[in-house]
Amino acid sequence: MELTLFIITALVALGSAIMVITRKSPIISVLFLVLTFFCLAVFYVMLGAQFIAAMQIIVYAGAIMVLFLFVLMLLNLRGDQNWEVSGPLRKWLGWIAAGGVLLVVITAIQSVTGFNTELDPAVGTVSSIGDALFNRFLLPFEIVSVMLLGAIIGVVAMVKRKPSTEDEEEGGEA
Amino acid sequence: MDMVIFIASLVKMSIAVSVVMGLATLLTWVERKQSAVMQDRLGANRADIFGIRIIGLFQPIADAIKMITKEDFVPPFANKWLHTLAPVISFAPVLMVFAVIPFGPPIEVAGHTITMQIADINIGLLYVFAFGGLAIYGAVIAGWSSNNKYTLIAAVRASAQMISYEVCLGLSLIGAIMIYGTLDMTTMIQQQSGYWFGWIPRWGLLMQPLGALLFLPAAIAENKRVPFDLPECESEILGYFTEYSGLRSGMFMFAEFIEIVFVSALFSVIFLGGWQVPYLTWEGFSFPWGGTIYLNIWLVKALEFGSLFFKIAVMIYFCILVRWTLPRFRYDQLMKLGWKYLLPLAIVNLLITGIVLVVLG
Repeated sequence: MELTLFIITALVALGSAIMVITRKSPIISVLFLVLTFFCLAVFYVMLGAQFIAAMQIIVYAGAIMVLFLFVLMLLNLRGDQNWEVSGPLRKWLGWIAAGGVLLVVITAIQSVTGFNTELDPAVGTVSSIGDALFNRFLLPFEIVSVMLLGAIIGVVAMVKRKPSTEDEEEGGEA
Repeated sequence: MDMVIFIASLVKMSIAVSVVMGLATLLTWVERKQSAVMQDRLGANRADIFGIRIIGLFQPIADAIKMITKEDFVPPFANKWLHTLAPVISFAPVLMVFAVIPFGPPIEVAGHTITMQIADINIGLLYVFAFGGLAIYGAVIAGWSSNNKYTLIAAVRASAQMISYEVCLGLSLIGAIMIYGTLDMTTMIQQQSGYWFGWIPRWGLLMQPLGALLFLPAAIAENKRVPFDLPECESEILGYFTEYSGLRSGMFMFAEFIEIVFVSALFSVIFLGGWQVPYLTWEGFSFPWGGTIYLNIWLVKALEFGSLFFKIAVMIYFCILVRWTLPRFRYDQLMKLGWKYLLPLAIVNLLITGIVLVVLG
């Protein structure tokens, strides 16, 4: 039963991922990306990582993608616009990037030694992750938190308008 | 999987869905009646079947027939797929979140202990936030796919409001999570058993008064109800589902009613002790001032089930009272309330809860 579920979810994930890069309307692409994230969350649940699955949906599907959708809607991009990018340089850059990703994936797959069917049910729970974050990895966790806080303050400082240089700001934002 | 558990799950799912849908249907009628009472009118009382009226209780049926038989209109140049999908996207998550609400105490059937919760998962409350947050997509897609500038603006307004108040909603509950030390709703209810001084029930409302006070406005705003109904004020500045007709427009409204039921259920579970009845133990009432009433075990269970539904009903009634009492906020007032008052207060609540927990050890 689990295998059937995995195959169905994997097919949906692959199909929607392909749709993300082939659709012409960016809004449709974003919606398919949300579907892909959902399938990823299902995989996390099947691996026993319920907390990660919930975070996947809350953070990626629920927050980040909504912001993407927001921006795309306000830009009002039309689906019939020509998005073909020409030029050999871009094509080569694309191939190089795709090859790099493929290399990473292949290295990751090679390190897999076998399928471990026995999963420890305590690994993915909220308390075990909380324990890891606040006991074992407290220092890195706090450093990352401070960095994120710094980034947030930086964004606020950059967006804040200065009345004297308003024209310059508008030019900079675009 | 065990057959008994499997069948029990199926039964639980169908009962939960039908009870929730039934409550929401009834709610459309209760809301009309209550608004009539508060505005000194009689309210919906004309719908009849063969001349039998029973104070307008057939009104929801009449409404349903009207909505189903109306034309399902798609505006020209609208994105037909997304326009059709949007009501479903806003409807489905609200039903899904009921999976983690424990509707009653565990009961024993054929040697199995069956919890009255569809999905007994470790992340309980996080699941609620995960799927509750998805309702934004329904609003955003509806507004965009209608190919109408006004609905697009309304969708942006709606999603800005929902994102803002989601933050307060989450933070207002974190205090309660800290006290209970769990995200699982069944454990939360168990943590609320016991009494202070032998007679005050240890309900979340008394442990987290500020949290409960912050949760209610945030939840009503998340529901997009008066006084926070800016996203859908159809009569004045157009809402995101203006371009919908018939059953699809009805689905948006029905989703809102289900959300009211859900918010009431969540409040009852986290702050009002869930299905617990004060002084009721497994063999009957035993009052702190002495005196015991022995009850049959099944009667006790029935009382506990009824207790949760009574609490939900009280909370629903409260939401309706708020709906017909307060005027609508302006958009800037709404944002100010969310970010400048509710959010700092929620953080203060967290701080106080943390200090108290450390002091008490």
